[in-house]
Amino acid sequence: MSHHIIEFKEVFFRYPDGTAALRGVSFRIVHGESVGVVGANGAGKSTLLQHLNGCLLPTSGQVTIGDLNLTAATRGEIRRKVGSVFQNPDDQLFMPTVFDDVAFGPLNLGLDKAHVRERVESALSRVNGLALKNKPPHHLSAGEKSAVAIAAVMAMEPDILAMDEPAANLDPRSRRSLIGLLKTFQHSKLVASHDLDLILDVCERCIVIGEGRVVADGPSEDILSNRTLLEANNLELPLSLQRR
Amino acid sequence: MNFHTQYFDLGRLDRLSYRRTAVHSLDPRAKVIATGLFLVTVVSFPKYDVAGLVPFLLFPVLAATLGEIPIGFILRKVLIVSPFAVFVGIFSPFLDTRTVAVIAGLPVSAGWLSFASILLKFALTVSAALLLVATTSFPGVCHALRRLGCPPIFVSQLLFLYRYLFVLAEEAMRIVRAWDMRAFAGRGRGATVFARLVGVLLIRTLDRAERIYQAMLCRGFAGDIPRLGTLRLRSVDLVFVAITAVFLGACRFFPVTEGIGLLAQGIWR
Ligand SMILES: Nc1ncnc2c1ncn2[C@@H]1O[C@H](COP(=O)(O)OP(=O)(O)OP(=O)(O)O)[C@@H](O)[C@H]1O
Ligand SMILES: [Mg+2]
Repeated sequence: MSHHIIEFKEVFFRYPDGTAALRGVSFRIVHGESVGVVGANGAGKSTLLQHLNGCLLPTSGQVTIGDLNLTAATRGEIRRKVGSVFQNPDDQLFMPTVFDDVAFGPLNLGLDKAHVRERVESALSRVNGLALKNKPPHHLSAGEKSAVAIAAVMAMEPDILAMDEPAANLDPRSRRSLIGLLKTFQHSKLVASHDLDLILDVCERCIVIGEGRVVADGPSEDILSNRTLLEANNLELPLSLQRR
Repeated sequence: MNFHTQYFDLGRLDRLSYRRTAVHSLDPRAKVIATGLFLVTVVSFPKYDVAGLVPFLLFPVLAATLGEIPIGFILRKVLIVSPFAVFVGIFSPFLDTRTVAVIAGLPVSAGWLSFASILLKFALTVSAALLLVATTSFPGVCHALRRLGCPPIFVSQLLFLYRYLFVLAEEAMRIVRAWDMRAFAGRGRGATVFARLVGVLLIRTLDRAERIYQAMLCRGFAGDIPRLGTLRLRSVDLVFVAITAVFLGACRFFPVTEGIGLLAQGIWR
């Protein structure tokens, strides 16, 4: 299926203040692949992920999602396919109650009410958040906000998932269930995280970003067990590999 | 009262709306209409009519009692904003010095009368609005406004105001806390530092607005905020609106206070 392919060709991106955050990124992700994006702080992971849903447009180079080239004209259509979870959940939860927030996307997709309700409930229960349904987002803890932000995206049933530090605020049990949830997601996904154990668990492939370039790209087991490569990028071996 | 307690008080207004009482379970639209009628009626009273306004106090008192909203809490909120009304009305006693009545041997000027009426109108309208939010929740009010035909852009603005008021307050609190921790013994506490903190807050807010808008676009936003409609107008709601309208009409067009006064005198004799 060609419509779940993600392709970056020589993508450059410069922020308005002149910071060159991406300097020639190229890779291709085929349907169903699960890819981790790792790298030091400021390496360009978040910037890269924001290209997937057209929040940012490349300064030069080309991003292809499915059979569409990302441009100002196609980004509306691309957004329907790509579900993105941002690094800061407060940016993502903008409706007055958790229920309304999770329902926002499905309603905009034009689903009927019974269907929307069903999707909201199932998405919330998958992140253990059904009890939060009627709360306003500002009364949630940081981890609960993350969980709801994930549910809000899952409720749209996207073709491609892009997540930026999804596990940052989660307690160990919620992190476990997030890992389970990610494993059940059949389509292509990109996960940026400093939680290398999570990447090792969820993603079969891993891309290392350093100073806006792809430094390494290959099977997670190979990359995440390469101590020299990791340490050159401010990372260290995943805990599960340190014991061996 | 400092910033932190104010912030948590805001949250309290919010939590009051989670209760389940007869007032809370009325349809939000009915409550919005009733409150709207109440506001219009109160504001429409002539400048010098204080006695006529008194019966209207019954409305907030009843709503607070039936809705189990602590009256002290509402009064405190009214007091916090009252300097505004005092400012608006304070000049009339000096400008309008005609004596209109003599109470207990003291002459009462028209100016004082209109000042009292301004304060009373203010207290009535503000407490009614607060009670509406405390018994309906702010989103509930917005939802009702939308269903009553308010333009979507206006309702979206209100919803965002509510949602991000808290985020902004938290942001401000974080900045103040971080600054407080690193400014010692009068150093770094000047006006210039303060001005820069405000600048930082503004920039963070703009950045955040941009990110939120992006997040909304990512979830298919196209101008209107849809919501699952669960409102159902029951006969109770209609009865409620009807009774309110009759009560307000009666208090507006008949001298109820005088009537009660005469009645009391009658019993007295
Ligand atoms: N809005 C912005 N304006 C200017 N420069 C920015 C902006 N956002 C990020 N940058 C810069 O772009 C570079 C890449 O940032 P990015 O947020 O993509 O890093 P990251 O890999 O996600 O880091 P982290 O692991 O800390 O989340 C950094 O050098 C950063 O300073
Ligand atoms: Mg980042």
